[in-house]
Amino acid sequence: MSAKETMSKLPANPERATLDGKNKFLGFWFFLGGETVLFASLFGVYLGLRNSTNGGVTSNELFELPLVFIATMILLTSSLTSVFATMALKTNHFKRMIGWFVVTAILGLGFLGLEIYEFNHYVHEYGHTMQSSAWGSAFYTLVGTHGAHVTAGIVWIALLIFRNMRRGMDLYTAPKFYLFALYWHFIDVVWIFIFTVVYLMGKVG
Amino acid sequence: MSDYKKKNPVWDWLTTVDHKKIGILYLVSGAFFFLLGGLEAILLRVQLLYPEFDFVGAATFNQLLTMHGTTMIFLAAMPLIFGFMNAIIPLQIGARDVAFPFINSLGFWLFSAGGILLNLGWFMGGAPDAGWTGYAPLSTTSPGNGVDFYVLGLQISGIGTLIGGINFLVTIINMRAPGMTFMRMPLFTWSSFITSGLILFAFPALTIGLALLMFDRLFGTQFFAAEAGGNPIIYEHLFWIFGHPEVYILVLPAFGMFSEIIATFSRKRLFGYSAMVFATALIGFLGFMVWVHHMFTVGLGPIANSIFAVATMLIAVPTGVKIFNWLFTMWGGKVSFPTANLFAVGFIPSFVLGGMTGVMLSVPPADYQYHDSYFVVAHFHYVIVGGVVFGLFAGFYYWWPKIFGTVLNEFLGKLHFWLFFIGFHLTFFPMHFLGLMGMPRRVYTYLSGQSLDEANFAATIGAFLMGIATIVMVWNIIQTAVKGKKAGNDPWDGRTLEWAISSPAPEYNFAQTPLIRGLDAWWLEKRAGNKVMVPAEPLDDIHMPDASILPFVMSLGLFIAGLAAIYSMWIIAIGGLVLTVVGMVLRSVIDYHGYHIHKEDLPAEGGKGK
Repeated sequence: MSAKETMSKLPANPERATLDGKNKFLGFWFFLGGETVLFASLFGVYLGLRNSTNGGVTSNELFELPLVFIATMILLTSSLTSVFATMALKTNHFKRMIGWFVVTAILGLGFLGLEIYEFNHYVHEYGHTMQSSAWGSAFYTLVGTHGAHVTAGIVWIALLIFRNMRRGMDLYTAPKFYLFALYWHFIDVVWIFIFTVVYLMGKVG
Repeated sequence: MSDYKKKNPVWDWLTTVDHKKIGILYLVSGAFFFLLGGLEAILLRVQLLYPEFDFVGAATFNQLLTMHGTTMIFLAAMPLIFGFMNAIIPLQIGARDVAFPFINSLGFWLFSAGGILLNLGWFMGGAPDAGWTGYAPLSTTSPGNGVDFYVLGLQISGIGTLIGGINFLVTIINMRAPGMTFMRMPLFTWSSFITSGLILFAFPALTIGLALLMFDRLFGTQFFAAEAGGNPIIYEHLFWIFGHPEVYILVLPAFGMFSEIIATFSRKRLFGYSAMVFATALIGFLGFMVWVHHMFTVGLGPIANSIFAVATMLIAVPTGVKIFNWLFTMWGGKVSFPTANLFAVGFIPSFVLGGMTGVMLSVPPADYQYHDSYFVVAHFHYVIVGGVVFGLFAGFYYWWPKIFGTVLNEFLGKLHFWLFFIGFHLTFFPMHFLGLMGMPRRVYTYLSGQSLDEANFAATIGAFLMGIATIVMVWNIIQTAVKGKKAGNDPWDGRTLEWAISSPAPEYNFAQTPLIRGLDAWWLEKRAGNKVMVPAEPLDDIHMPDASILPFVMSLGLFIAGLAAIYSMWIIAIGGLVLTVVGMVLRSVIDYHGYHIHKEDLPAEGGKGK
């Protein structure tokens, strides 16, 4: 046993060392299962309506891949930083974990800023709105639901950091942070599908 | 905890996180909506008593039929099932509590907020009138605010159901007592476990369907507007991707109840326990791949129709396995017929009839004839009343002593059963023939001279009989509440763990977590000559969760938001959402450490029963 491990008083998986932690861990995975069906339904709707442009602008004319690429890279990087935070959680480095979660939240804000810019651009430059066509409705609902999830995630982690800053890591706080990391990865995975199904297929499909 | 006993009872019920109390809340509100939905049904039947009869008129008839279906499925059957799950499952698996007591309470309050919102339409300019399915474009173009009540009310109560489902999945996986392996779980717990899985994967599709409907109605989106490239068929898919699993969500827990009740009153172990478990799982699995059989006439093509037809027919196989297992459980047993078992045994032929018409409907060419006729109405009432409602009644008589500590009157119970059983068949059996003769469903009247008069008249008489039966049941409840005789711990000589503890169960369920030594754990101990379960742990202080008003506040916030959104009062709507979010934030930042009941304060028997 290394010196570091001896010093650490927490067990190997502090996020699910208590019954409460185990329940939250499992319950959250189930919640993400439900979220998967939620997004799957939205993807289905989008695929059914993506060519229903109602005579307006088409996806090929609308999307600019460089912007979406930057947004994707920002979000993927934020997933990586949340992995670093989880590693810090497992090795009981509280300050380091907080640091990485702060970086994650800032990257999330960057992504959100780009999305707001993008939506604003589409509405004002192209007249592409939720009401302009069935495709517009499906686009803003799918991508907007994802954006709302990102927003909720940022609020969540900000609240967790603010509340638990002085408390340090223990078996009570560890599950809270761990679940946020799970959620953030999920949002990231959904974005990969959005990038593929909405943007790439919109350009070449 | 000393001030726990001094609490104002109203405040106590508003803030409770005790699964047994939440179960009672679910049962009471479910019963209320069941009476309401039943009243709506009787009004519908009176309208159809005579040809071209003018009792409520066409517009009210549409609202009544929409609200009857919606109320019975979402506001009566679902909460009654959740009531039994809450009241019984933790006891059956030897748990002190559910996994998420707070979320459990939130689930109930969201359900009730949604249910009340849905019914407010009656008082605020017209109830929903687009059918319980709310098909677009009928629902998107329906004038007035009725359908908005449907969309937002169901959305709010649906969230409550979803989180309730997650709570039970985690409870059953993580909270089982030592020795309670999966294959020793009582069938009601098993079927509720599978039902919770179905809820988890089916309800989000409804969430999306309703959300898109709301966007189309309130924000002018074009999802289902064919003239702008939208596609109303998408709504049908979303609705039935949820809607078909929903019927199994309803009926599987009822199957679980029958399995317990028939075994108990046959004084035999359930025949084919593991086949029963796998049949339940298989029904749950196949339940997700049959939704298109509601849409055979949409025109999705012969290949799609054939695949879904075959999948639908397949479901008859595990269901048949179950029917035979129930029959074989009774075979050779010492069968007795208290009211609970009357409903359970009465269920078998009734449900088989519904199952047979189900197989008939699963054949697409034949379905083109049956579609949207009274034949379909007959079919789904045979499976839902004959399956779910009979199950709820059976479970109601069976578990009433455990939940309330008294025994319901058996004479009134049997009267209830016979009136209801005869009324049920009198109402719905003639509908098969009405349908085959071409009477369309959801139409407010019919012409005379088409041989439809007698059957419709009989159906209405049957509906009255069911109404009288329900009054008998209500009278029985009142009688029992006033002067019911006290139930012992184990009035039916039960087999499962809930009968090993006092009636009603103490707040902490088990003073000592029991050790489970096999299937039918309590029966095994009784046969071994034990008076109580063998404890798996020494007597110690018991940890209890904190009560909280936040679930109520969060649900109130969504209720306000929903109601304001219907009238486009966006400031108030945002205020309601803020209230909900503040509730969530408070839940996150306040530490709920719970409290302990000290072992010295436990009753002498230690809750082990008398």
